[in-house]
Amino acid sequence: MTRRRALVGYGAAALAALALALFAGWWRVDGPGAGQAADRRPLPLTQMEFRLTDHEGRAVGPDTLVGKPTMVFFGFTYCPDVCPTTLSDISGWLDDLGKDAAELLNVVFITVDPERDTVAAMAEYVSYFHPAIRGWTGSQEQIARAVEGFQATYERVKTGASEYTMNHTASVFLFDAKGRFATTIDYHEPREFAVPKIRRAMDAEGAT
Amino acid sequence: MKSTPAAMIPAWALAFALAAPALADSGDIVVRDAWSRASVGVSRPGVAYMAILNPSDEPVTLTGLRTDLAERSEIHLTATDGQGVSSMTPAGDIAIAPGETVLLQPGGLHAMLMQLRRPMQDGESFALTLTFSDGGEATVEVPIMGIAARGPGG
Repeated sequence: MTRRRALVGYGAAALAALALALFAGWWRVDGPGAGQAADRRPLPLTQMEFRLTDHEGRAVGPDTLVGKPTMVFFGFTYCPDVCPTTLSDISGWLDDLGKDAAELLNVVFITVDPERDTVAAMAEYVSYFHPAIRGWTGSQEQIARAVEGFQATYERVKTGASEYTMNHTASVFLFDAKGRFATTIDYHEPREFAVPKIRRAMDAEGAT
Repeated sequence: MKSTPAAMIPAWALAFALAAPALADSGDIVVRDAWSRASVGVSRPGVAYMAILNPSDEPVTLTGLRTDLAERSEIHLTATDGQGVSSMTPAGDIAIAPGETVLLQPGGLHAMLMQLRRPMQDGESFALTLTFSDGGEATVEVPIMGIAARGPGG
């Protein structure tokens, strides 16, 4: 009798532990504890509103991008690691897509550090990468509106007396020719995934 | 890339080494595939990547970097969170277990070269010294590739 009661006790404890584990899993994945990422889809380009300047001094905005499939990446030119790596990856994808791809796509690098990334700074920086890549900068307010539209984030982090770095969303955003958000290419995603994703966004042009 | 063992081994340690199977010694450290990217001027930080191998039987700890190219140089770690946000922080001391290789590569650990004293020019190179907790050092000559380089091959 005592032994049986003990067994029941262990069984109940095991069940309780299992239930707790399942609940914890649900809470983190689907429940209220889940991250915001799933809901944070970028707006269609047609619903975004911001005015920036490209590296050749032209006024640009989200409407500039509608009509061709688009790739957008946020970064800053004082970024030594992630930004040159991503711009170099993008240059490699463009090479893989063939020489027409550059004319069929908008490729834009938007700075999250307009204080240091002037039009001239952007012009020099993008010149080291694939010629299809455009560099956009503008006022702090307009940059903030652009980041908001893409549901991206950025944050200035002090690293010294007068030095700072920027934390920022490092994913590449893909939109189809109608300006609808297609998908993201995450940092470190292998090229065999990236190039087909870009092709799909380019093929979506004819779809309604 | 070659590494030059700079640790001075005293005579008593040598005698001990002959008796003991192995002695922890950062002088064994091998640095391979070092490369860096050209900088735009001197106002932006530079970066360098490499593979650091500890072929000895004892752990070694990488504690710092030194180069005349920059006022300050530190190992930093880039991390990307679940929301795709990248951030960069000093990595602190890095323990390298026996037989292990620590990779400094794009998007992870990297040598961060702050307040450059001269621009990093494509095709040139610079000396970078790694310092270890046992007082040992390893100096590597780091070739500078273009800004868009993806690895030691360009």
